[in-house]
Amino acid sequence: MESLTLTDYEQKYYSDLFVYCDTDNTKKVASNGRVLDLFRAAQLPSEVVLQITELCGATRLGHFGRSQFYIALKLIAIAQSGLPLRVESLNSVKDLPLPRFVLGKNEAEARHAALYTDTDGLFPASAAAVMPRPPGWVIQNKKGPPASTSLPVHEVVQPLAPSIEPQPEPTSPVVSPHQSPPTSPQSWRKHKRQASGGNADRQPAVAPAGAVWTHFREAQAAGAVPAEGMWPSHSPPPPGQESWVSFTADTPPSSAIPGMHPSSAQESTTIRTVASGATANEMQRQTSGYDDPWKITDEQRQYYINQFKTIQPDLNGFIPGSSAKEFFTKSKLPILELSHIWELSDFDKDGALTLDEFCAAFHLVVARKNGYDLPEKLPESLMPKLIDLDDSAEVPDQAADVGYSGSPVEVTPNKSPSMPSLNQAWPEMNQNSEQWETFSERSSSSQTLTQFDSNIAPADPDTAIVHPVPIRMTPSKIHMQEMELKRTGSDHNHPTSPLLSQPPELSEEASLSTSMFVAANAVGDGYSSSDSYTSDQEPITRQRSLSGTSPETLKVVAPPPPPPRPHPSHSRSSSLDMNRTFATVTAAGQPPSLAITYPPAVPPRPLPTQSSAPHTGHRSEAEVVPGGPAALTASTSPQQIPQQPNFADFSQFQAFAATDQPSSLPEDDIHSEPGQVEKPSEGAGPLRTVKSDGQVDERVPATVSSAKCSGSGPLGPPPKPVRRRLKSEDELRPEDEAPGPQKSNVIAAVLATQPSIPRSVGKDKKSIQASIRRNKETNTVLARLNSELQQQLKDLLEERISLEVQLEQLRPFSHL
Amino acid sequence: MAVCISVIAKENYPLYIRSVPTQNELKFHYTVHTSLDVVEEKISAVGKSLGDQRELYLGLLYPTEDYKVYGYVTNSKVKFVIVVDSSNTSLRDNEIRSMFRKLHNSFTDVMCNPFHTPGDTIQSKAFDGIVSGMMVQAG
Repeated sequence: MESLTLTDYEQKYYSDLFVYCDTDNTKKVASNGRVLDLFRAAQLPSEVVLQITELCGATRLGHFGRSQFYIALKLIAIAQSGLPLRVESLNSVKDLPLPRFVLGKNEAEARHAALYTDTDGLFPASAAAVMPRPPGWVIQNKKGPPASTSLPVHEVVQPLAPSIEPQPEPTSPVVSPHQSPPTSPQSWRKHKRQASGGNADRQPAVAPAGAVWTHFREAQAAGAVPAEGMWPSHSPPPPGQESWVSFTADTPPSSAIPGMHPSSAQESTTIRTVASGATANEMQRQTSGYDDPWKITDEQRQYYINQFKTIQPDLNGFIPGSSAKEFFTKSKLPILELSHIWELSDFDKDGALTLDEFCAAFHLVVARKNGYDLPEKLPESLMPKLIDLDDSAEVPDQAADVGYSGSPVEVTPNKSPSMPSLNQAWPEMNQNSEQWETFSERSSSSQTLTQFDSNIAPADPDTAIVHPVPIRMTPSKIHMQEMELKRTGSDHNHPTSPLLSQPPELSEEASLSTSMFVAANAVGDGYSSSDSYTSDQEPITRQRSLSGTSPETLKVVAPPPPPPRPHPSHSRSSSLDMNRTFATVTAAGQPPSLAITYPPAVPPRPLPTQSSAPHTGHRSEAEVVPGGPAALTASTSPQQIPQQPNFADFSQFQAFAATDQPSSLPEDDIHSEPGQVEKPSEGAGPLRTVKSDGQVDERVPATVSSAKCSGSGPLGPPPKPVRRRLKSEDELRPEDEAPGPQKSNVIAAVLATQPSIPRSVGKDKKSIQASIRRNKETNTVLARLNSELQQQLKDLLEERISLEVQLEQLRPFSHL
Repeated sequence: MAVCISVIAKENYPLYIRSVPTQNELKFHYTVHTSLDVVEEKISAVGKSLGDQRELYLGLLYPTEDYKVYGYVTNSKVKFVIVVDSSNTSLRDNEIRSMFRKLHNSFTDVMCNPFHTPGDTIQSKAFDGIVSGMMVQAG
């Protein structure tokens, strides 16, 4: 057997013809049948045909093998070119036009002719026309000639190149590119179907493909035809695969050409092991789908389902990735493309294929093998659950466009499309992915991760506090009460900066807002549960009236009482408070300053015994400040005196004040003082002791104020007394009210000590009201204290965070 | 936001590395390589306490004057390294974490592909898309 050097075109053409003739699919062509028709169609004298047959060795073998067939075809071409038939001429003749076969009577032939000539205008179409020839045949056989009306045109099927080939082909112009108008549209239609991209789509591909073809032609002129290498492999043809292989190796552009490779079609069918004409028909039909190459016809779908069943009998089940891999690897597509196909088709990204996914993947594989480029994103018609035969063609057009634009010469279509198209596709793909998000349980999607585009930087609530979030206070009664308290407190205490700064700080305490709120509620509850007042309105109104005394610039913020605080911070904050308070005291020097100083810490004071005394004292003071009735204080203070031995501070102040009040209490106060200086909570003791002196309201405030006025150490306590005083009122109050310990330890302690305090139930309403008022003031003060504490806590946290950051930054270097 | 994103296999060879092309890519390759030491260190440091619950996100590995390097390691010892330009507005930790999360998911998808053998360089277009998205953000 002489070795035959075939150009790519020739290779293809011959292969197609061989397939065409190979009706039995036996890879051997009998001497009769189509072969003879074909040879006859070559319009060669019969003796020439005989000669050719003899030359190619078919006579010897009795049949045309592939190689013989090819040789025969080439000889035909030679003969048609007018060259003498020589074996040597097989390889020596370059640029031999492909053998022409006149198709006259055969309808299919006519159609082919139509195809061919039709494609004259479209070179690649014509090139593809070579391919579709057998398809036409197949179609004709199976579906009946749709173009039965095709005219018996005597067309010389002009294969390929001549129209574009710069070389003058002696035989070229014979073929009138535009043959039967009726057929052309039809064939065109067929083409279109086969091309399935639409003419418009093919147009752009024409030029590049044409260029490619030209290039290849020249390449073959150079004589380097890999087909030669393939030739031997053709001899023992395993079912069609070698041709497929050769195609892929030789002509990547051909793969780009959206035509049907009939051999590939048959190839795929054989590979699929359902080498039945039906499947081939399916393939045909698939590509001959309307404008949507991605549509899956019923037959195809059924075929896919059957294939699915071979792997997975349960149609609702999954095909695991490994078996799918084996299956699709049989298609001989490059792994990269298979990988891409998998990415497209595995919608739920679970590593397994459902029936729909499998059909989509199968369809993509088939399409790819037939020369379609893989889309960047899954066409709508292939989407699981969306596979619909009536789907629109817009997506495939887009996909086809992408394929076409990218592709003429690419084997790896995946990366060719420019990034923009990728980026365009991805959002849609992601959106589609999002649709399918619900379908599978993705371990990785526990945090809705596929919705990447939309969640660029989701605020992670678990991260550390980055910015303080201003809390939005709801205008509840309690809050209003709190605000009122604050206002009143500010009235009493003083409108100094520290005080005013408090509410802003309070407003910023987002993290503590809830706790504060709760505490506020508690306090509010405490207040509301106050004895003679069943409604909150009264205290509020009272406080409002009180607030009228001093204009309050405080913001409307009702910070809920903070949770109990650790003491160290208290001490620190207390010192700050003290400083601030001192400043304010010195600045203002008013009785209201007493109420301002709220020691940050909650004092776990041993106050069980001193309830009464401080009460009176506090109450008296409170009453003095607001100007309310102070009758009770004097009466109650004496009672409370003995109960609070540790109010040294207050007595000390009283000593400073040089009033006659502290006379009874100094020793007690002194006793308690040392232990309480540090703790602001302890300050309540002195306050109480002061109160316990039973001084008149004026005295107490006077002493306190005077005590406050004196700076330095002894002044430390003065704020405490104020607070204590307020707390004592709280103590009085809570007798009926449920203690609201949530707000602060101070209050808790105060309230805890309540039970032992002999409350003067029999007091007249005024005193009760006054006590309520005082309690509320205390509450306000405490609230402010809370805010300050929280602010300090925040500062501390920020410091800590910054330190940690520094530590982190330094850590890498520590190891260097 | 990143100028360079890379995926390093368990054996410390790169499975995928991509940088903003305008810069000297080799520099980023080198940076990623050197950051592997820091990653190893962090892994070993935390690993001793509890292997399973080791935090996947390693945080800032390595700040230099020009850029910062962040690391993330999966349970299979596959490491992701992101190099971020310091001149960028300081990215919040959240954003870096979200980037790593995206990367991890995309990487999981690639691994799920039966046609991808672990140990191969990653050639998935989906993965490329995700990475481009993250780098395009940086501009």
